[in-house]
Amino acid sequence: MAAYLRPKRLEDALATMAEPGWVVLAGGTDHFPARVTHTPDEAILDVTALSELKGIDRMADGGLRLGAGVTWTEVIEAALPPACDGLKAAAREVGGVQIQNRGTIGGNLCNASPAADGVPPLLSLDAEVELASASGTRRLPLGRFILGNRHTARRSNELLVAVHLPAPALEATGRFLKLGARRYLVISIVMVAGTLSRTADGTIVAARLAVGACSAAAVRLPALEAALIGRPVTEAAAALQPSHLDLLRPIDDGRADAPYRRHAAATLVRRCLNELARAA
Amino acid sequence: MLLTLTVNGARRSLDVDPARRLSRMLREDLGLTGTKVGCDAGDCGACTVRLDGRQVCACLVPAAQADGATIVTVEGLADPDGRLSALQRAFHRHGAAQCGICTPGMLMAADDLLAVNSAPDHQAVLDALGGVLCRCTGYLKIVDAVLDVASNAPDPAMPEAGAAVGARVNRLDGHGKLDGRELYGDDQTPAGVMWLRVLRSPHPLADFTLGDIDVWLKITPGVLRVLTASDVPGHNSFGIYPTLKDQPVFAESFVRYRGEAVAGILVEDRAAFEALDLDGFPIAWTPRDALVGTEAGLSPAAEQLHASSPGNVLIRGRVKSGDVEAALAEAAVVVETEIDTPFVEHAYIEPECGWAARDGDRVTVWVTTQTPYMDRDEVAHVLGIAPKDVRVIPSAVGGGFGGKLDQSVQLPLAVAAWVTGRPVATLYHRPESMASSTKRHPARMTASLGAAADGRIIGFKFHGDFDTGAYASWGPTVAGRVPVHAPGPYRVPNVLATSAAVYTNGPPAGAFRGFGVPQAAIAGEALMDRAAERLGLDPLAFRLANALRAGDTTATGQVLHASIGLAACLEALQPRWDDWKPQVAAFNATARATRRGIGIGCMWYGCGNTSMSNPSIFRLGLKPSGRLTLYNGATDIGQGSYTIMAQIAADALGAPLERIDQVWGDTDRTPDAGKTSASRQTFVSGKAAELASRDLRGQILRAVNAGDDATLSFENDCVRVHDKEGERVLALTNLPVDGEGDVLVGEGTFDPPTTPLDGDGQGIPYATYAFAAQIALVEVDTELGTTKVLKMVAAHDVGKAINPTLVEGQIHGGIAQGLGLALMEEYIPGRTENLHDYLIPTVGDMPEIECILIEDPEPLGPYGAKGIGEPALVPTAPAILGAIRHATGADIRRVPALPHRVLAAIHATRHIKEEVE
Ligand SMILES: Cc1cc2nc3c(=O)[nH]c(=O)nc-3n(C[C@H](O)[C@H](O)[C@H](O)COP(=O)(O)OP(=O)(O)OC[C@H]3O[C@@H](n4cnc5c(N)ncnc54)[C@H](O)[C@@H]3O)c2cc1C
Ligand code: FES
Ligand code: FES
Repeated sequence: MAAYLRPKRLEDALATMAEPGWVVLAGGTDHFPARVTHTPDEAILDVTALSELKGIDRMADGGLRLGAGVTWTEVIEAALPPACDGLKAAAREVGGVQIQNRGTIGGNLCNASPAADGVPPLLSLDAEVELASASGTRRLPLGRFILGNRHTARRSNELLVAVHLPAPALEATGRFLKLGARRYLVISIVMVAGTLSRTADGTIVAARLAVGACSAAAVRLPALEAALIGRPVTEAAAALQPSHLDLLRPIDDGRADAPYRRHAAATLVRRCLNELARAA
Repeated sequence: MLLTLTVNGARRSLDVDPARRLSRMLREDLGLTGTKVGCDAGDCGACTVRLDGRQVCACLVPAAQADGATIVTVEGLADPDGRLSALQRAFHRHGAAQCGICTPGMLMAADDLLAVNSAPDHQAVLDALGGVLCRCTGYLKIVDAVLDVASNAPDPAMPEAGAAVGARVNRLDGHGKLDGRELYGDDQTPAGVMWLRVLRSPHPLADFTLGDIDVWLKITPGVLRVLTASDVPGHNSFGIYPTLKDQPVFAESFVRYRGEAVAGILVEDRAAFEALDLDGFPIAWTPRDALVGTEAGLSPAAEQLHASSPGNVLIRGRVKSGDVEAALAEAAVVVETEIDTPFVEHAYIEPECGWAARDGDRVTVWVTTQTPYMDRDEVAHVLGIAPKDVRVIPSAVGGGFGGKLDQSVQLPLAVAAWVTGRPVATLYHRPESMASSTKRHPARMTASLGAAADGRIIGFKFHGDFDTGAYASWGPTVAGRVPVHAPGPYRVPNVLATSAAVYTNGPPAGAFRGFGVPQAAIAGEALMDRAAERLGLDPLAFRLANALRAGDTTATGQVLHASIGLAACLEALQPRWDDWKPQVAAFNATARATRRGIGIGCMWYGCGNTSMSNPSIFRLGLKPSGRLTLYNGATDIGQGSYTIMAQIAADALGAPLERIDQVWGDTDRTPDAGKTSASRQTFVSGKAAELASRDLRGQILRAVNAGDDATLSFENDCVRVHDKEGERVLALTNLPVDGEGDVLVGEGTFDPPTTPLDGDGQGIPYATYAFAAQIALVEVDTELGTTKVLKMVAAHDVGKAINPTLVEGQIHGGIAQGLGLALMEEYIPGRTENLHDYLIPTVGDMPEIECILIEDPEPLGPYGAKGIGEPALVPTAPAILGAIRHATGADIRRVPALPHRVLAAIHATRHIKEEVE
């Protein structure tokens, strides 16, 4: 039987990670489904006892730190600013309650599925990831961490420790819309997240829109975001042009075909903007 | 690793592999088999337990993370003295458990909710249960039960003698489904057995050669032996029809579908079974171009897959009456359609599993099955022994729906036990279950319907190619049943309905709730809607005008005499339909992206085998103690035959229901009651139970020389018989007992009268038909193509509802499966072999359902009853698809109506409109 470690101290975990061959395990909700047909004999590093990975904290600069081990249920139950409404909505859409009770933000990001529901709302909050190894820590914008389908910038000796939401992005309202072929327990066909920051008179000063399941990794929509700046929030949806979605690379699969995905993404972006406009 | 945790209130310490799934630890190390495993992937929720108060999937928790935790499983819900909790009792009285395999998970999810919210609203219940799949109940009774916990209502009283039929009796086998004690296929494996893993083909069509197995055995830890085709002692072939045993137990040199069994690998124990990695198994594959779909199978260039079936046509079916071409030529209105349907997976939550043991010259197989007697005969054929030397004991069955009418684990297990002499067990993992098991036949159908200007249907023409996959299985049944039913429950003087079952390299398509009739109904009912529209008639009125009635003749030339409740069903639906129409119009007048629509589906369904004998035999024994034993061979797969047969037997005898004990479905102890299929158990076996009971009653009356109108009272050593001449006593303790310990045994046999069909399909295929109509109210998002079914009303003529709660449960569950067929289910080999890529409805997808039970008694049936199992599903998809069309104009010709297909169909109507304008 191979080793199983569940350290309590981050430095012990990082020392272990310095050796090759360890499989990181958090909530297990992506780990076990990948091991249905047989149980391999592998060395497991269980990160669920690490206090550094726990908790949601306000930082001195007004930003938020979410430990990588924070579960979706913890996100749902935490008192968070309205900018995080999209993140909360996404949390409620991850699997069913059982999955939300165990699955973690860190697992969702490190697993890097194109349909990971956590990614678009975190992109729309300008999230940065904090990675640690025995030789130190580094931070990366989320968009530079997830590189493709099941592909991240995490080095084999690193753990994802936390996700940071900078203060400016928290001065906003947030939304998340998910489209699937059934209610509950469904892999997204398309999902859209957005945050808008505006002046008191309703002029958009910052817009952050992200689309998931329409490319190998979820993406922000910079052209649309630029077009929204300076507009009255009530006219946000009218700014949407088909070309704003040109960077999507949707695929055909059993769940939907590519043209549909592009169309549905546009529809959800428009609806998301309308909802953001309505949100005070 | 030494773990300490609290399980159901008790402190437990145990030494386990820390990476082991909590579900396995609970089941195997702590013996708490109430926690079920349906997928090992978080998709089904059957393994839901509470960990430190929160519901979790035990299959996704490593044992290490349970260290120090408090766990509650289903076994921890009842009082220590066994009294069910308020939640369990609510499940019981609502009939919320059918097969019961999802019940532990449902209970634990609900228990979590109720712990923090003792008076949850409907939405809160849906959110809490959203992670547990149920394939049987359609969820509604589960939700009702959770909402009704607080009422703490008493259990319904057991009926008095003579009042069991028609009573909402709690399921008699319900207790064990609620407290976790029921034993399913993987819950009673003897200690020390070997485990068997089947090696399967990754290719849909390929030749193979086996390499050096001896070398592999030496280098692979835990492996004992490899079984291949040459180890099969009798015949290496099986199949439903005696003349069509075309599927090998283990393939010999080539395979015809992805998932086909090639070899059986025996390992020492369960740990080795789970660790076994077959990647290095010595086998060389040469894949060939597979035939995908009936068009490929029928193509002149196609390779012939079976020597006996030129052109890959397994069999054709045909019903012809009148002159359809002439009728269509003279019809005022002719409408046509083409419909494609996919493979559909049964998705029972309990995968195939069981064990087998050899005892001298006999073999015993314990297995999750719908058809113990066919299993017995099939095992005997494969082992080359007599059926009497095979004993099949069905476990409790965690869902079947037709999928457990075929052989799965039975044959490799029996071969392994026979040739090694050691007991052996197996359990398919979910992808294996889905890849290897049978499916609903994909259908490619063309149909046309002609009506006269006065609204009479005058002609119906239909052809369906049904993809029967690699092996025959129940393909002939589908090919035979479809042409009979294709014209629908209507008076149609001119019919030509044909079918072909076509071999391809798809998975074998077998029996699935409705044997092809649900597919055909999608085509037929779409035409009914379109014809009504062209004639300017209301779709319900058009159906009512053409509904079959007493005295009408079907397309097979059968004159229907009694129990034809379609018109009554439609009349019962009329008020709802009339209410909905203006509501929908008002909604659509103001709605923007969403539109509502209503639709209707009708169906008829012949109960029992098509033109073939399918008898059931029942026995009812009387013990010296004055208790009764029903020898019930009608396998209960959740539909409730355990309960219903006793209700019928009790009333036919004149005994209180609680006096009856049961022995069920053990081929050594219960007479052959056929299989649980074709909606036949209530009608056929129910009649046999009634006759057995009447036979016993006659024996008792004769023994004391009493008249037929006497009443019986069963006491602990005698039966007291009262009639107008007074009381007589039949003492039981001095009578001789038989091998089962009975002093008197009544026996009943019933075989529904049918006649063979001739070349034009003329004859009497079924002794009786169930009828039904359902209406659906849907909302379609016209920008996204998504459909939400809001409400359904289902009117079913069941002859007599022996137990209305169970009948409603069948209707709800049938509607859930029909909704899945209409909107989301599509099995694609290699791509949807799990329960996250293959979607079935969750609790959040269900509409409100109102059931209306019509009781137009069937003179042949027990107390007038006929079947409901399959009829419940048939009208649903047509009603939903009709409602989508009503809402949006979208004509869906390929199901499921996935969002992208609905949107494309909506856009197509716009193009058509633009072209016209
Ligand atoms: C039934 C079901 C439904 C689901 N539905 C959804 C859904 O709707 N939307 C969705 O987005 N996801 C869904 N998921 C996927 C999954 O639940 C989420 O991705 C979850 O957030 C994963 O977290 P985890 O802690 O369980 O990850 P784990 O399974 O423990 O780990 C996932 C991966 O991340 C790595 N990892 C985890 N933590 C770290 C870390 N701190 N540092 C480095 N590597 C790490 C692991 O090595 C592993 O490769 C579903 C899963 C199931 C089983
Ligand atoms: S067995 Fe755990 S969710 Fe299916
Ligand atoms: S009762 Fe829910 S799966 Fe059978």
